[in-house]
Amino acid sequence: MSGTGPRENIFPTRMALTNTKLRLKGAQTGHSLLAKKRDALTTRFRAILRRVDEAKRKMGRVMQLASFSLAEVTYATGDISYLVQEQAKSASFKVKAKQENVSGVVLPTFEVDRVPGSDFNLTGLGRGGQQVLRAKEVYAKAVETLVELASLQTAFMILDEVIRATNRRVNAIEHVVIPRLENTIKYITSELDEMDREEFFRLKKVQGKKKRDAETADATRKELEAEGQKDVQPTLAGGGGDILGGKDEDVIF
Amino acid sequence: MAAHQDRNLLAVIGDEDSVTGLLLAGIGNVSQNQTKNFLVVDSKTQIPTIEAAFEEFTSRKDVAILLINQHVAEKIRPMVDKYQAPFPALLEIPSKDHPYDPSKDSVLKRVQKLFGE
Repeated sequence: MSGTGPRENIFPTRMALTNTKLRLKGAQTGHSLLAKKRDALTTRFRAILRRVDEAKRKMGRVMQLASFSLAEVTYATGDISYLVQEQAKSASFKVKAKQENVSGVVLPTFEVDRVPGSDFNLTGLGRGGQQVLRAKEVYAKAVETLVELASLQTAFMILDEVIRATNRRVNAIEHVVIPRLENTIKYITSELDEMDREEFFRLKKVQGKKKRDAETADATRKELEAEGQKDVQPTLAGGGGDILGGKDEDVIF
Repeated sequence: MAAHQDRNLLAVIGDEDSVTGLLLAGIGNVSQNQTKNFLVVDSKTQIPTIEAAFEEFTSRKDVAILLINQHVAEKIRPMVDKYQAPFPALLEIPSKDHPYDPSKDSVLKRVQKLFGE
């Protein structure tokens, strides 16, 4: 019935009914679109999830390898950490962010942007230059893996967020907006039906009253007629008479 | 979301060896006013220092990726777990004497949770 469930607070008219029906249709379309979007995102999300997991494990191995090469350096040249830390000036290993579009969601991906610099050229000049160079390469490779992983992870975070928002919207439309519009439509329809019935009843009533009046009038006339034909005119016939026959009183304004 | 276009640095919080290696790869950057994009953590480093560095790197506008050693992340775990923003991307990396443990990674934890649902 109209009383159940929340509904919009509008006046039950035919125009409101049309509008609400249109809105219900819109909500349904939106719902199906959002559901499609959610499905597409989830597919993407699953793929990324798997890759994140893989890349994380790969990173463990790569970093281990890198640590080994650094150990080689330390063995050959001694501790260079202080030297390296002091020589760091500006980054030659940077990342560039690019954008990728997955059904309306902008996913950034990082790309390695490496300037072949000549940092630390003098490191290991005395001995262990080979090892230093190798460590540099190995670490650069490792960082590339890390950058790849970072873009996967960022995509993962953003997708997670977006999927949640989409889910919320889908659920809100499904469980709040559509039922409310449906309730409104029901309410308006029942109210309009009620009005129809009232109108019909009123018409019936008026008709009945008219009939009754006519019958009473008929009865009175018949009575008068029966009382005497000789009587001049039934008063009920109206004060017709001959208006030209008699003399009117003077009209004084 | 144009903000991530100017993010092009990597930052690192880690032990000496990890930082040295990553600096060798060329990620080190020291700006004009002597702010570094790396922090060396050893056994004497206080936790507030790490927290401050973490706070600084995550709020910097030019850092795209923040690398942090897992055993360092372990020290400030609540902060790391609370960090949800996509930029800069937070990456826990293994260090030489602390092998990588996937079950502690805050991102992997979420991954596992989603897989396990």
